[in-house]
Amino acid sequence: MSALALPGSGARQRPFGGRQAFIEKITGMGLALPATLLLLLTSLVPLVVLFVMSFTDYELGAVEFEWVGVANFSKAMGDSVFRRSLWNTFLYVGIVLPGAVCLGLLVAVLVYGRKRTRSFYEIVYFLPVTSTLIAMATVWQFLLHPRLGPINTFLHMIGAGEHAFLSDPALVVPTLAMIGMWQLIGFNMVLFLAGLSAIPKDLYEAAEIDGCAGGIDRFLTITWPLLGPTTMFVIVTTSITAFKIFDTVAVMTQGGPMGSSEVLLYSIYLEGFQYFHTAYAAALTMVFLVFILIFSVIQSFVLERRVHY
Amino acid sequence: MRTPPDNRRPPATSRAAALVRRAVSQLLVHGFLLAGAVFMLLPFVWMLITSIKPPAEIFTPTLALWPRQFYGVENYHFALTSAPLLRFALNGVIVCACILAVQLLVAIPCAYALAKLRFPGRNILFVLTLLALAIPVQVPALPLYIALADLGLLNTYFSMMVPFFLSVFAIFLLRQFFKSFPDDIIHAARLDGMNEFEIVWRIVTPSAWPAIAAFSVFSIVAHWNDLYWPLIVISDAKLAPPPLGMMFFANAETGSNYGALTAAATILTAPLVVVFLLARRHFIAGITMTGVK
Repeated sequence: MSALALPGSGARQRPFGGRQAFIEKITGMGLALPATLLLLLTSLVPLVVLFVMSFTDYELGAVEFEWVGVANFSKAMGDSVFRRSLWNTFLYVGIVLPGAVCLGLLVAVLVYGRKRTRSFYEIVYFLPVTSTLIAMATVWQFLLHPRLGPINTFLHMIGAGEHAFLSDPALVVPTLAMIGMWQLIGFNMVLFLAGLSAIPKDLYEAAEIDGCAGGIDRFLTITWPLLGPTTMFVIVTTSITAFKIFDTVAVMTQGGPMGSSEVLLYSIYLEGFQYFHTAYAAALTMVFLVFILIFSVIQSFVLERRVHY
Repeated sequence: MRTPPDNRRPPATSRAAALVRRAVSQLLVHGFLLAGAVFMLLPFVWMLITSIKPPAEIFTPTLALWPRQFYGVENYHFALTSAPLLRFALNGVIVCACILAVQLLVAIPCAYALAKLRFPGRNILFVLTLLALAIPVQVPALPLYIALADLGLLNTYFSMMVPFFLSVFAIFLLRQFFKSFPDDIIHAARLDGMNEFEIVWRIVTPSAWPAIAAFSVFSIVAHWNDLYWPLIVISDAKLAPPPLGMMFFANAETGSNYGALTAAATILTAPLVVVFLLARRHFIAGITMTGVK
């Protein structure tokens, strides 16, 4: 929007004539040229190719291909592996989203009130965000090991029995979701902390005078409503990140046991780069893209609101 | 956490009660935060202590924190000699550095042009940038892979870096930053005979240092940790960046030599964690200013 408004306002500032404007046009195009070329080559052209490919029966290395209409998409709808991976992805998002948002908010509110210990908690909670997830996934695999892992040793000690977290079909997605939350809580905490520091202190003092002294009261009357835009933003970014789950599945379960942790990106990876069902994988990628775009549209609305708030 | 004050009590008792309430609420808050902190730190602590434990102690289920026999030298030595871990780390450095350099070289002039110059196609370029902002690498992955395979470029550093050379996020971020740069200074520089190229690199870019630093952190963290794309284009272990290297190593060890595995995980996680601890503020700003990882 602001870009559209600029030409008029810019024209008034420039005392130069047509020659200057011409030079500006040429330099502008020149400076934007490398980025424009890369944008076309690595983003937009591949996007068009992907779209076209999803209506063919192309497989990597094939010399020719045929148009098959929406056959890839109808195949996907009837494919139990794909349907299960879609379901698992949403189940994963459904667990991670409330968990990572609510805990991130709770931790942020509690950490925000600390004075001496604040930076300690900030470091500890943010540490998983910076760590290499693949390496940490290997560690989690050991932590969750049915016999050797300390988590099961602990559960055994308190008499809760042993659980094969990663090889029990009913437990595998919640377990992966728990690791997803472990990585996201600190990230969300920092976003909420930024939102909290934007709330004027005198509002709390005013509330105190008005007899709204309890911590929960203050949270409900001031903190929560003023954090609204931040919360919306955190919800959308958490959804996108969770929707893109891939790393932990690829390292820890490879979709198993018996497909109970197949997720969307992992299915696309297998179809496209392991089985080389290129056109089919292109159709699955289009489905993936549609979901990402839905999240992104919501996000741009939220961003707009956050800016104007 | 706290109960509402009870106004009927006499002041002295009320003060004592307030103290007790305060103590209880502090206890609850710290209790909760510490329990969370244990959950956050558990993998790191367990990684470090397992990496210095001998196999015999690893294979006896125990909650003992400190090993009875120090076996760290053997585990780290085994990890470093049986897999080129330092090579993986070096690959990570090369890939991250080249990606970041190209990203900045391409994005800075473009962001300046979008923010300060009028040229044909500017608005459509900006709209396309916004569109591309929403597209993760998994979407163009298939066509890019086919193109790289056709060109015989799979299993090269170039193939690992090329999808990330253009960061639309950098363009978007820097454009916002450049827009607030005063036009008068640019006009003055023009009158002094500087060309636009010099203006971009010698006047406008230094002013955007905070944004560039934050973007650099974001870019390095994202690409040091990225698995999806390297997994697709790299099968040669010599070229693997840290996450892929870790995966190769874990598969080769069939996941049983936990001492060496955790030693490897420590070595590959350490660089970013150390930088994070040293430059915490920049790090948090860099990662969170994006909103999206």
